[in-house]
This record gives sequence, structure tokens and C-alpha cells, in this order.
Amino acid sequence: MSPQPKFVIKNLSFYYGGKRAIHDLSLDIAANEILSVIGPANSGVTTLLRALNRLGDLVPGARMEGEILMDGKSVYDPDVSVTELRRKIGMVFEVPTPLPMSIFDNVAYGPRLIGKANGKSVAESVERVLRKAALWDDVKDRLKTPAMSLSGGQQQRLCFARVLALDPEVVLLDRPCSGLDPISTAKIEESLSQLKEQYTIVVAPHNVQQAARISDRVAFMLTGSLIEENRNVEIFSRPKDQRTSDYVTGRFG
Amino acid sequence: MRRFKEKLSGRIFFVLALSSISALALITVFIVAKGAPIFVKVGVRDFVFGMSWAPGHGEFGIFPMIVGTLSVTLGAAVLGVPLGICCSIFLTEFAPSVLKSVFRPAIQLLAGIPSVVYGFWGLIFVVPFIRDRIGGPGLSILAGSVILAIMILPTVIMISEVSILALPRQYKQNALALGLTHWQTIRSVMLPAAKSGIVAAVILGVGRAVGETMAVIMVLGNAVALPKSILDPVRTLTTNIGIEMGYASGEHQQALFATGIVLFILIMILNSAAQFITRRK
Amino acid sequence: MRISPRAGERIVKVLIWAAAMLVMAVLVFIVAYILAKGLHVIDWRFLASAPSNMGRSGGISTTIIGTLMVTVTAVVIAAPLGIGTAFYLAEYTRENFVTKIIRFSAESLAGIPSIVYGLFGLIFFVVYLDMRWSVLSGGLTLALMILPTVIRTSEEAIKAVPYIYREVSFSLGATKWQTIIKAVFPSALRGIANGILLSVGRCIAETAAVILTAGSTLRMPTSLFSPTRTMAVHFYILAREGISMENAYGTAALLIILIFLINVVANTLINRFVAKSR
Repeated sequence: MSPQPKFVIKNLSFYYGGKRAIHDLSLDIAANEILSVIGPANSGVTTLLRALNRLGDLVPGARMEGEILMDGKSVYDPDVSVTELRRKIGMVFEVPTPLPMSIFDNVAYGPRLIGKANGKSVAESVERVLRKAALWDDVKDRLKTPAMSLSGGQQQRLCFARVLALDPEVVLLDRPCSGLDPISTAKIEESLSQLKEQYTIVVAPHNVQQAARISDRVAFMLTGSLIEENRNVEIFSRPKDQRTSDYVTGRFG
Repeated sequence: MRRFKEKLSGRIFFVLALSSISALALITVFIVAKGAPIFVKVGVRDFVFGMSWAPGHGEFGIFPMIVGTLSVTLGAAVLGVPLGICCSIFLTEFAPSVLKSVFRPAIQLLAGIPSVVYGFWGLIFVVPFIRDRIGGPGLSILAGSVILAIMILPTVIMISEVSILALPRQYKQNALALGLTHWQTIRSVMLPAAKSGIVAAVILGVGRAVGETMAVIMVLGNAVALPKSILDPVRTLTTNIGIEMGYASGEHQQALFATGIVLFILIMILNSAAQFITRRK
Repeated sequence: MRISPRAGERIVKVLIWAAAMLVMAVLVFIVAYILAKGLHVIDWRFLASAPSNMGRSGGISTTIIGTLMVTVTAVVIAAPLGIGTAFYLAEYTRENFVTKIIRFSAESLAGIPSIVYGLFGLIFFVVYLDMRWSVLSGGLTLALMILPTVIRTSEEAIKAVPYIYREVSFSLGATKWQTIIKAVFPSALRGIANGILLSVGRCIAETAAVILTAGSTLRMPTSLFSPTRTMAVHFYILAREGISMENAYGTAALLIILIFLINVVANTLINRFVAKSR
């Protein structure tokens, strides 16, 4: 593990109104690793991901306790700009969510927000990230067509490229392959392993097998609590907790 | 700078959102300010219940017009409401999809046609028909009711339809599964469940009838007298304003604004009732 | 005598079909009658030449221009107010006391009869603000009248934009303002445009409110401060005073055609809108 973790999460609890979604969770996330957070439905995985980029703030009545430090600084620090924070922490959602505009405009959405309107440099970075997301060859001749016309797998890779166009430090992926065909899933998983050189990646995989395939480390959550976290091989071969063992072997979830 | 812009944009939207409040306030204040003096001079009771309207002689009683408005509106509701509810049931339950795709735009067109056109059509067709086949001068409560019944149909149909469509699908499926016939399901399950929406539709339709001016101005005959039958001509609150506003001045004009106040109150009561009923859900 | 459920079923079905067909028949009759009497009046000369002799002869060009000017004025004023209100209600606040008052005001405005708008416009714009009978007075009055429609349809359109679009935009580092302008507004545009079009239809069809505020002169309006007569008012005066039935029918036919076209365009917009958001 690198000396300075990318994220330090200390005693995090997260509430939606009176309902507690995360209970007293502490976890370090190292830079340039792929961390999978697994757990059955409603175990708080999505909430954890959305706490990291403060997207959870948007839910009316949401409230958190504890601390999330990114590079040693609280993400809730008053002089942290939430928009800059979110640009540093890109997010890919469960359903492919192209915005109703062209392929090009989707990828350029982030860069244009901060006034990078220079046509040439935007076009270059669009091409660069589409290549990274293994989508360039599919779309290079129809960048101006609506993004909705792409297949589900292509749409999700477009969303991935859209995140990379932000030049983020961290990429969060919330069950990014749940609706996708095996080929698209393989392409996305492949790009993930190449990209961890540059980014810290936190992913909520859509099943245990995917966690085993792609991650360096795995954290297992149940009903809002962190049950255990460990290196990939360890957690599957020698789980310390009976519940982890039951989950990874498919007894429930 | 960006945070400043953020704050500013929120403020701007808020200010824009105040437009409807200010509009309502302005309308209320100005109409009341202009019409209130006549209440003071004549007295609210004599104004509302007075039988004689002779602005030239300083007599301002609008009771015949209140009766006119209520009778024409009641007539429109009696004719239009059952027809409208039947149409909404037709649209949601019986219409083949081809007919639906014709019927809906047709109802929209019905809603969009200028009210003066309805009034004109009434004058050309309904009035002579009543005069020749039923009796009286033709220009009558009945003629106004027929025209208004047609005009409130879109309101009644569209809002009832929405509230029937909003019902959970299980209601119907469960009722049919229990062995109820289609009509029994509609009558004993769906209509009761959609009741508040349908009632709101009726009230809004009635509100439209109360407020309509130009259509009824042409077919009511506009006589200021208590009607004895539905074949008699009447004047409504709206038509009183519509007819005389062009040349009124001084106290006469104030009395017309006061007529507007009475109309305004009537409408606000109806609207609040509709809002209350739809909110209660 | 008890009627068997099956017989009852059939009777009810017949009744409901009969009601629907009756309504259709009335509509078709009204529209067909006006078109039959008025369509042949409409030709290029009718549209392009000014009315003469009180409208007894000549065309209706000045009333077309008047209608256009009053309507455009109304929409230009009501659209920003209404769309802004809709964004405030849908995006900037949760349901609270203020939104309750705003909603109550909008719904109340929606119910106010057009003649009362006319009274208000007359006393406030025409007299109090001394704008006289003018395109501006008429446009402002109509703007208030269509405001609730613009608010309601815009708010519905904004609420129909999938919530995830906002999340995506925020997650890409957009501010609220950027999210609204770049992600939400374009997606809601068709729905908003649909509402604006319906409002245009209402402006064109309105008589009571404009006759009291814009006047009824047949002169060609030259500025926002000129008095004018709209097509609906023209029709009303021609028909009521029996000036020219021929020209009255022609004007009415044109009004119906306009409303029909507006409805067609509005429906196309909304159908595409629905298809796209699915």
C-alpha cells in the first residue's frame, strides 16, 4: 500500500432523513488501486460511492457524520469547491446515461463547463478519451449523431470516456456493467486494468465474480456496515467473517 | 465569481417566481379599489340583492344577473357534465386506439376554438332552433346553456381522463378477476377511486362556464330581469361587464368593476374548492 | 324489473358510445359549417389587403398584424416569467410555504375569467400606467392571462426530465446553474415549447380581454403603443353588428385553421418529447 492513502474514511455514518444507510464505517483507499466494494442490495455501497464525490448531498434530508479525507483534506472543508471536487472524482452510473445531445457534446460536456471552449484542444481530448474507453473506432465517423443512438454497451463506454475527459484523479463506477452484454463488459473491465496506472478506481461490481476478476482489494458491506476488507485473493480464499464467506460463495445476496 | 453567479441565478429565478403572486395581488387590489366605492355608496346588500339595474338613475342591483349566471351555469353543467364524463370513460375504457387518436386532438381543437366562434354558431343555429321548435325568443338561458355545455366539455373530459388514467392498473385487474363485468368495474371501482379528480374537473368546468363572456353575450338576449323559464333571456355577470364597459364612466363604470368583484369572488370560491379537493388526495 | 348484467353492460356501452359520437358530431358540425361558409372567402387579397368601410369590404391584413403583435408581446413577456417560475418551483426549492403561495396564485390566475383580466388591464395598463389602448396594454394583459399555462406546462416538462441527467451533470462538476442551462433546459425544451404554443393559441382566440385593452381600431398598428384590433375582436364586431357575414366567416375560418395548425405542431412536439424521454 502506498504511504499516503488517496481516501481516508473515518467513522462515516450517512443518513437519509431518519434512515441510516451507512453505519460507522472506516476505510482507507490507496492511490492507483482498484477497490471493489461488494454487498447485497441496500447494504450502503452506492451511498458510500456517492458520499465520496458528495453527490449524496443532493438528496433532500441527507446528512453525514464522520470524516472523509481526500489527500489528507476533508471533502467537506469549507474552502473545498464541490464542483472542483466532483471534477477530480468522476462517476459512472449503473444505467448508461448519455445526456440527450451528440456523442461529441457528451464527452465535451465536462471540459466545456470550465471554459475550455477552444475547439481544437477539446476535439483532441475527446479523441484521446474515446480511444482510452475503447470507443473511438466505433464512433469516429458519427461524432455528431445523438448519443442515444449508440448501443447500451457503447453508451456506457461513452459515459466512461466522458468521465475521463475531466482528467480526474479518482473514478467511481456504480455497477457499471449491470445491464451490459459480455463483450462490452469485457471491454470495460480491460480498460479499467489499464487505467489504474493513472487513476484511483473505486467500483461497485454487479457481481462477486467481477470483483474477483478486476480488483486489487475488496471491501464487503452488509446493512450499512463494513464487514471486512482485504486483498482480492485473501477475501475469496480466506474470508475472516462467516458472513463474507456466505456472500462470496453465493449463499445469499 | 462562480459562487456569486450561482447565488445570483437562484435569486433571479425567485424574483421571476414572484410574478404570479404579484399579478394576482395587483389584479385583486386594482379591481377592488375601483369597484369598492359603489359598495360603500349603494351598500353590499342592495348591490347584490337589488332587483333594478338602471345606471342612468343610479340604481345598481345585480341580483337578476347573479340568477342569470347561476341558471345558465347550472344548465351547462346539467347538459355538459354527464356528456363529458361519458366521453372520458369512452376515451379511457372503450375507444379503439384509432378513434382515440382522432378524438383527443378533436377535443383539443374544441378547447382552442375562440369563444366568439361558439357564440356566433349559437346565434346562427341554436337560437333559431329554439325559437322555431321549442318557443320563446330563442335568445335564452337554454341557448346559453347549450353553448356553454359544449365549451366546458374539453375541461371536463381532459381532467377526468387524467384522473382515471392515473388509477393503478391493479384496481381494474383485481375487480375483473373478481368476476365483475367491465361496466360494474368502472362504476363501482374506477369511478369512485377517481372521484376527487372528476369532481375537480366538474368544478373547473363550472368555473369556465361562470367566467365565459363572449360566447354567451351573443345568445342570452341580455335582458336584465328575473327569468321565469329557461326560454327567457337573461344577463349574466360577465355579459353585464362585456356589454356596458365600452361606454360606461363614473359610477356606472365603478358598478361594472363591482360586478367584476362579485364574479371574482364566485370564481375564487370555485377554484379554491377544486384545489382543496385535488390536494386532499 | 331487473336488468341482467349482460344486457346492462350492452346498454351502457351504447350510451357511452352515443355520448362520444354526439360530441364528435357537434365539433365536426361547428368546424365544418364555419369552414364551408368561410374557406372560399380566404384568398391572398383577403389576407393582404386592409379592411375598408368598417370591414364591410377589403381584407383583414391589419387585424392579422395586430393579432401577431399582441400575441408576440404577450409571449415575450410571459415566457421568461413563466419558465423562470417553473424552474424555481421544480429545481430551486422544496415544497414549502412560499411554493404553496406561488402555486395557489398560479392556479387562481388560471381560473380568473378573461373579462376580469380585461377589466384589470383597462384600469391598470390603459388608465393607471397611461399606456392607452395599445398593443402593449393588450399584450401585457394577455401575458398575465397565459402565465399560469406557461408555468404549469413548463414545470411538467422540467419534472419529466429524468433525475439522473441532473446527477450526471453534477457529477461532471457542473454548478446548479450550468446543470439547468446545459442539461435540464435542452431536455425540457419540447415540453416548454408545447406550452408556449398552447398559450399562443389562447392569445389568438381571446376576445374579451383584448377588446378592453388593445382597442378596436382598424388602422395598421405601427408600434407597441398603437391601438389595434385582433382577428377575434374583428370577427366579434363583424358578426355581432352584422357588418359583413362574408368577412366574418372568412375571419372565423382563418382562426380555426390557425388553432388547428398550432395544435398539430404542439402535438408533434409533445409526441416526440415523450418518445425521446422513454
